[in-house]
Amino acid sequence: MPKLTINGIELEVERGTSVLEAARFLGIPIPTLCHDDGLTPYGACRLCVVEVGTPPRSKLQTACTLSADDGLVVNTHTARVERARQLLLELYVATSPQSKTIQDLAARYGVAGVRLVPKFEDCIQCGKCVRICREQMMAGAIGFAYRGPRRKVMSPFSWQSEVCRHCGACLYICPVCELRCHGAQAETTLCSGCLNFAPACLDYHDHAMCFLDPCVACELAGPLRQDLVWPVQKSAESSTKGERT
Amino acid sequence: MSTTTEVEALLGRRAPRAEELIAVLQEIQEQFHYLPEEALRTVSRRLRLPLTQVFHVATFYNCFSLEPVGEHLVQVCLGTACHVRGAGRVLDRLLRDLKLGEPGTTPDFTFTVRTLRCVGCCALAPVVRVDANTHPHLTQAKVPGLLKKYRPKDKEQPQAAD
Amino acid sequence: MRTKLHTVADLEAQRALCVKAGAQAKPCLSVCTGSGCSASGAHDVIEGLRKALERAGLRDAVDIKSTGCHGFCEKGPLTLVWPEGVFYNRVAARDAKDIVASLSNGRRPVERLLYQDPATGARILREEEVPFYARQQRVLFGNNGKIDPKSIEDYLGVGGYAALARVLTELAPEQVVDWVQRSGLRGRGGAGFPTGKKWDVMRQQPATPKYIICNADEGDPGAFMDRSLLEGNPHSVLEGMLIGAYALGAREGYIYVRAEYPLAVEHLRAALAQAEECGLLGENILGSSLNFRIHLVQGAGAFVCGEETALIASLEGRVGEPQPRPPYPVQKGLWGKPTVINNVKTWASVPVIVNRGPEWYAAIGTEGSKGTMVFSLVGKINNTGLVEVPMGITLREMIYDIGGGIPNGKKLKAVQIGGPSGGCIPASLIDLPIDYEALTQAGSMMGSGGMVVMDESTCMVDVARYFMEFLEEESCGKCFPCREGTQRLRELLTRISQGKGTEDDLRLLDDLSWVVRETSLCGLGQTAPNPVLTTLRYFRDEYLAHVRERRCPAKVCKELITYSIEPTLCDGCHACVRVCTTEAILGEKDAVHSIDSTKCIKCGACLEVCQPKAVLVT
Repeated sequence: MPKLTINGIELEVERGTSVLEAARFLGIPIPTLCHDDGLTPYGACRLCVVEVGTPPRSKLQTACTLSADDGLVVNTHTARVERARQLLLELYVATSPQSKTIQDLAARYGVAGVRLVPKFEDCIQCGKCVRICREQMMAGAIGFAYRGPRRKVMSPFSWQSEVCRHCGACLYICPVCELRCHGAQAETTLCSGCLNFAPACLDYHDHAMCFLDPCVACELAGPLRQDLVWPVQKSAESSTKGERT
Repeated sequence: MSTTTEVEALLGRRAPRAEELIAVLQEIQEQFHYLPEEALRTVSRRLRLPLTQVFHVATFYNCFSLEPVGEHLVQVCLGTACHVRGAGRVLDRLLRDLKLGEPGTTPDFTFTVRTLRCVGCCALAPVVRVDANTHPHLTQAKVPGLLKKYRPKDKEQPQAAD
Repeated sequence: MRTKLHTVADLEAQRALCVKAGAQAKPCLSVCTGSGCSASGAHDVIEGLRKALERAGLRDAVDIKSTGCHGFCEKGPLTLVWPEGVFYNRVAARDAKDIVASLSNGRRPVERLLYQDPATGARILREEEVPFYARQQRVLFGNNGKIDPKSIEDYLGVGGYAALARVLTELAPEQVVDWVQRSGLRGRGGAGFPTGKKWDVMRQQPATPKYIICNADEGDPGAFMDRSLLEGNPHSVLEGMLIGAYALGAREGYIYVRAEYPLAVEHLRAALAQAEECGLLGENILGSSLNFRIHLVQGAGAFVCGEETALIASLEGRVGEPQPRPPYPVQKGLWGKPTVINNVKTWASVPVIVNRGPEWYAAIGTEGSKGTMVFSLVGKINNTGLVEVPMGITLREMIYDIGGGIPNGKKLKAVQIGGPSGGCIPASLIDLPIDYEALTQAGSMMGSGGMVVMDESTCMVDVARYFMEFLEEESCGKCFPCREGTQRLRELLTRISQGKGTEDDLRLLDDLSWVVRETSLCGLGQTAPNPVLTTLRYFRDEYLAHVRERRCPAKVCKELITYSIEPTLCDGCHACVRVCTTEAILGEKDAVHSIDSTKCIKCGACLEVCQPKAVLVT
């Protein structure tokens, strides 16, 4: 059984375990976008990178595709890893700012601002829809096509696929088009309201009124978190909107 | 002969194995000058590969085209050596003369203009390949003459400033 | 029909015949018909020579041979006269008569076709005396000018397949690997990984079957070394692969060659057919227990397929999307089996190492970089072509002694080494020795040998943008940082070149470059930011000029320049009006002309034709 070291902790695992699985077993959180326990690892989102080896000969590698081999030395929260996560998430927010999943991740990992023009793309090409269609639904109706900047998910020739059974699994598993942020100024603000579970409604009720989507009370409370607002949005309008009287 | 029959014949000459996919598509591209939808469906059936995989391969590589190409394939090399020697201007002139906004096929299907990176004749930069012929040391001024050589005689058009 | 060679003795007997035939050969005119010279009319030259010989009644007395690339493409078409070795350059079909005449006139060479030294004006007789060649050490390319690539007999005549024979009779497979390790050979495809080490790891893999692959997907724009070797001496690569198969226990090999190299494909096909005919490929090669077949596969046009895991995917009929490494191909490669992939030049170096011995090879070059390296010297340089030099030679020697300096009296600005994955070395580092470590430390990379020379009229921001455009298009698109990062980098660089950038953008370029390099899945993404990083490092002042002053010092970026006509220099010849496609030039013949900047698209056509140099770019 291979023995590896994660964050200084020695761990013995079954052969074939990935570093991501080993880290999760230890309770160490590693962000992911293209990973799902029910699907084969893909290694495309790069968010789960960890530092492998000892500096100066260490490299960043994705934990989901890395096999937990004997003697491996892994560190999941070094400065290099943190910087990589922040810059990647900055790129992700710029690509699909409307995604709640991405916004939450960005807020959690300390993305202070986004310096790139947002593109509002509906797809980050994580491949989850393609994989669930092929591996779980055994249909393979959609797939990737083209290369580089033109690459996208589609059904061949754009015709409605003959093998598509309209099961909706692709919609279910998508981290971008499924979960849109419903907060105020979703397209310009990283409020992290959903991560800080202190809903305003607890001031009036015995327990919170929502578990998944923030209700109006949180939408209004959101913009007060000025420390997490994009620099470009520091306008008079936003600072008065959520003010309580 | 329908596309399907021709493609079946082509496939019949090869072992029906997954690794033959690219070679098969190359043959189809050469024969038809593009990859017709029907052909790709036939290949998917015969090689027992998901249509999504065949489609991805067909759209991944530069050599394949899902749309018919013109009679003459004009490929402007934009490799580093050619770029440094002004290939970009040659391409611009070519597109202007053919009234194309970007690389593509002329409405009368005489020419398809594409860019490619490096045919390996860097000492002769800038280079333009038309069909199987490599034309060295191109300049903007030589573009009209080059097009004239390949234009069918009955389709002579008044040239832009020569 | 060729005789099948069943034993090493058969091979040597056949070789003796070829050598004898070569020695008794009639005088020969060998014309280079590599892709370059062919595009310049080499075939017309051959036709012309044939006719001229016919007319002079010398058809049976003199041979015409078409050879592979000699490397001095700038001066092509090239023709050599044997046995003297007279070197003619820029030969045209109409020169045939004089060349043939010179064969009888007391064999006095045709002066005007001899190479002329630009400094002294002296005419040089033989190839090896020409400065371009004199300083080279043509270990791999030396035979290109002597053999017909479509003739295995010619290859045998210059000692071909002797290394294979030696290996089969004298060395055990482990010894071959040991020799390659001792020679210090490093992969010539770009990364420079020690070849012997790779082979050693492969030997230790228990899984079978094992495969070897020749990576002939030379995708770096500006590089054509592999093309020339494959066109001019394909058997040298086959021999290397045979030796590799023996050393590594492989029964099947693949050569993956770009679709954009049709002549290389043709010559490889012929070489493979001939080798099979002679029994040098197949079963029980030369009477030994070695069984080995080579399959030729064409690429379908994707730069990323030069990456080894993408190449393997392509061989398996899939899209060329790279796989994360580890596991490496030597552990799990083609069909999940141990596979060694080496570049064309690496394979061709193997017979040399066997023939001359590992110590001989290790004596060439520097401490960390042994042997010779082949560069394609192109761009703003007088002598463009292929150059094979010992590792450790300085950039200064390459550019001035071999390359003949920069044309039109311009100044050297930078040298881009290693293709899009490499970086720009500024003129200030011109005394840098060319070896793997020195280049990496300078922020560049050896790469596969592309060397593009740039002068003061090249804008480095434009160069970075150009490479980013290329990488953005060629990215397979699977992993996020490479796909998005190259796009964003290209967009940023375009904005900067249009004068719309800010200094904050430079910081953003740095950050984006860092994350693309650190988190991309494969080598393409990991090295994609190199052009940006090296130009920012060495040419920051140009970037600052673009963002602070909205000025392009090299006068290239279209939005930042204006074309105008200097009234005192214009002679009214009207040549510019004739070439202007947007009617932006106003003026009557014989009167001073002017440019309407609202219509001018800055294509540069007028600049090209203006004799009095009245067109100004500011």
